[in-house]
Amino acid sequence: MTGERTHTVNPEDIKKEILAKYPPKVARKRAKQITPVTSDEKDGLQVGANVRTVPGIITQRGCCYAGCKGVIMGPTRDIINLTHGPIGCGFYSWLTRRNQTRPPSDDAENYMTYCFSTDMQDEDIVFGGEKKLKAAIQEAYDIFKPKAISIFSTCPVGLIGDDVHAAAREMKEKLGINIFGFSCEGYKGVSQSAGHHIANNTIFKHVVGLDDTVMDAKYKINLLGEYNIGGDGFIIDELLNKCGIELVSTFSGNSTVDQFANCHTADLNAVMCHRSINYVADMLETKYGIPWIKVSFTGPTSTINSLRKIAAYFEDQELIDRVEEVIAEEMIPVEAKIKEVKERCQGKTAMMFVGGSRAHHYQELFRDIGMKVLSAGYEFAHRDDYEGRHVIPDIKVDADSRNIEELTIEKDETRYNPRKTEEEMKALEEKGYPFKSYDGLIPEMNAGSLIIDDISHHETETLIAMYKPDIFCAGIKEKYAIQKHGIPMKQLHSYDTGGPYAVFKGAVNFFEEIDRMLNANIWQYLEAPWQKAPELSAKYVWE
Amino acid sequence: MTPSRSHKTTPSYTPTQNACKMCTPLGATLVFQGIEGCVPLLHGSQGCSTYMRRYLISHFKEPVDIASSNFTEETAVFGGGANLKLAIENVARQYSPEMIGIATTCLSETIGDDVPLILNSMGNAIDGTALVHVSTPSYTGTHVDGFHGAVAAVVDRFNPAGKKIVYRPKKKKKINLFPGMLSNEDLRHLKDVFADFHVPVTILPDYSERLEGPSWQEYQAIQKGGTPVSAIEKMNVAVHSMELGSVLGLMAEKGTQTAGTILSKRFGIPCTRLPIPIGVKATDRFLDALSQISGRPVPERYKKEKWRLVDAYVDGNKYVSKKRALIYGEEDFVVSMAGFLAEVGIIPVICASGGKSKTFNQALEAILPETLIDQIVIQNDMDFTCMEETAAGMPENLRPQIIIGNSKGYAMARRLKIPLVRVGFPIHDRVGGSRILHIGYKGAQQLFDNIVNTILTARQTESRVGYSYM
Repeated sequence: MTGERTHTVNPEDIKKEILAKYPPKVARKRAKQITPVTSDEKDGLQVGANVRTVPGIITQRGCCYAGCKGVIMGPTRDIINLTHGPIGCGFYSWLTRRNQTRPPSDDAENYMTYCFSTDMQDEDIVFGGEKKLKAAIQEAYDIFKPKAISIFSTCPVGLIGDDVHAAAREMKEKLGINIFGFSCEGYKGVSQSAGHHIANNTIFKHVVGLDDTVMDAKYKINLLGEYNIGGDGFIIDELLNKCGIELVSTFSGNSTVDQFANCHTADLNAVMCHRSINYVADMLETKYGIPWIKVSFTGPTSTINSLRKIAAYFEDQELIDRVEEVIAEEMIPVEAKIKEVKERCQGKTAMMFVGGSRAHHYQELFRDIGMKVLSAGYEFAHRDDYEGRHVIPDIKVDADSRNIEELTIEKDETRYNPRKTEEEMKALEEKGYPFKSYDGLIPEMNAGSLIIDDISHHETETLIAMYKPDIFCAGIKEKYAIQKHGIPMKQLHSYDTGGPYAVFKGAVNFFEEIDRMLNANIWQYLEAPWQKAPELSAKYVWE
Repeated sequence: MTPSRSHKTTPSYTPTQNACKMCTPLGATLVFQGIEGCVPLLHGSQGCSTYMRRYLISHFKEPVDIASSNFTEETAVFGGGANLKLAIENVARQYSPEMIGIATTCLSETIGDDVPLILNSMGNAIDGTALVHVSTPSYTGTHVDGFHGAVAAVVDRFNPAGKKIVYRPKKKKKINLFPGMLSNEDLRHLKDVFADFHVPVTILPDYSERLEGPSWQEYQAIQKGGTPVSAIEKMNVAVHSMELGSVLGLMAEKGTQTAGTILSKRFGIPCTRLPIPIGVKATDRFLDALSQISGRPVPERYKKEKWRLVDAYVDGNKYVSKKRALIYGEEDFVVSMAGFLAEVGIIPVICASGGKSKTFNQALEAILPETLIDQIVIQNDMDFTCMEETAAGMPENLRPQIIIGNSKGYAMARRLKIPLVRVGFPIHDRVGGSRILHIGYKGAQQLFDNIVNTILTARQTESRVGYSYM
């Protein structure tokens, strides 16, 4: 579908074209969130992020509740998740995210196929819903006898003043199981990111540290920010095990409440999705002395680097050698697949607007098969996810970030145990070992590309018309509109029906999938608008 | 079979587990998708529009845009008027729509935003774009109430009392049809029927094109298709209205304002209320009514379709006779589906819905023979957990053998080890959900074949030998 490129696409022009449709006030606001990358000199580039979407601009973002209940708590199979509110919120978040789980046996606890809601009615709004909430908790306990119950507040709950935390405390005392509530009303914060924060803070407060049992394993780590979409978590776990590394917990793909309770016994935190969870890594370090590193298991190069990083941390030759053996073995089929697929994909172009980390992580997979990323951006990220962690002190605190609780964490009196001495940490850092380091999305972007935060529907259409990509990656809300243009669209939130795409095995799956999508027969029956009028086709500034 | 008259109407639990209903504004946004050039806008949190978009998209597999007034914490405290106005202005500027359909949510309803007042202050229009409001608090009713409420609100807005009738066509006698929540294929079938009768019709809503369109040759800010606003404005000069849905009909009789009642009260347009035409009897009634209203005979092709269908009923009777079914979904859908099952010899032992109109029993009693009513459990205001418990608790010889409903019953069907035939909305674990034809003789034919084949598949799978000649 790559047409003959006859004129140059300048990212500045696209930005202008996008903004022309907006009223001046909206245009000024959006201008800060659209950043052209005009040259390879990218120092000082800024991307406005984590700011409110303008009313009436159709965003792809979800709400605080969605981030809390759907994203973070959704993948944990043995907590009963009870939505306190009218029926919609619970219904729409009922098993819709393709996060997979693997209970140890058929009769082991697994509530993921259930959807519990207090289903508030008029009378509950008028007279308050706490009584109903408590009765619902009691019944859930009577029927299932779960280890834990969590309560999610929806919009009206905050407004009518139901105190879910008091109800949780009361029922916890009465029933003797762990019960906690989330104040994750949909109108809070800017996007689902607020909900991630509220969920993680609550788990840190109410669950982490409840079980001090130490796993009998030499190399014990936690994987933070991996949600097991399409089974990614399963094959990451498999690969780590093959190297001899054990996971104490995953936040929160294929997780159980017991794993969270025990996670402070691990010796290293590896952070996958920086956006949704970096603050948990910080808190675990402050309270328990566990250092953290940023990793990515998307793409073979990142996977190799991440494995080596973990091995280097433990400073054990046996592990370092084993990791190299595994890498050598796992790379054989990956290299063969790249060779095969590259022939058909080389020179094609992609765009991706997804998540708080995937728009970054997935770029490598496209590069491996000779493809270029024309434009990318996140749906719910903050500035540090674009520009790197060094901007964190400069990020302005506004009304929206202020109403998300920040926990004040101190050293645990008895259990604080620095896994490495200050000298050891320093020695590693001097050798270039990157603790707590993340450079963000910007270094990935080519000259001539465009970064767009919280892309709207109208902006997507303009990008397609002007850049004419060969493939577009986003979520189900964009999927069918993109495909109407004759452009294949890959869901990178839920992976369509595919996956896993993590580590080496997943990379092979992904290359096959992109090859199938780009080169499928079906596209010959459709014509993209610019194929009919060749004068519309484009050339890129780097050509 | 022992009669087990147990008309259970309330679930035995406080929480709802695995709900068999969606929230009120979802139905309204679906109606707005069925109006040409209309952009739906939810007055509330952005999450509502995101959730409902993704839900409709996963069924229709088509673009669905729903704007939002994006409440913040301050909006929730100080009121949503400014946000709503800004949202309307931005939607108008980007999309130049014919109409913006504004549905409220539990958030804006709880804080008590006076949306009609806000819209009035804007003159109920902006740059030629009509603003139409429907009140849809999610804690009242279900998506079905939001659907019917939006249809009534649209008719009300464009056909105000005392509207001067400027044109009354003499030859072409137009009919208004309010079909309720049907599939795209059902809507297309209805259009065919009216075309074959040579009767002009305005169907409201009609999302069959917008939510199942071709690939685009040029960018469409709002996908093509839908009932034109200009046609809705002329509903007051029609000679007759038809409203489909037994429960809706009973509600209208009891005083609920529907599109049909608005037009009959204001303009004296008679309204015929019929069950959704699923099966031979209900389709007979529908076609006879249409024949009577239009003064034209039922076209030959429908007679042929009917006799082919009846012949198929006869041939397949040995497979379905006295089989027991569990059906669930929207109340009107379940009532008509029960009528169809009864006529082919299947006993709908459990008829369940998440709706709670209080007329569900009455509607079922009207459509089912009295001897059958005694053998079935009717459950409204019901979730899947209670449904499953009811089914599992039945003695072996009374327990359902087939389940008929949307994708949400899959987990229940799996645990009960009873085959599921997918119909209705939402269907997100199969392709073609929006292309299922439920209505007319042809729809009944497809349902019948599907049900028989599902029963045969189950028999084959269970067989230890694997017979291929059943």
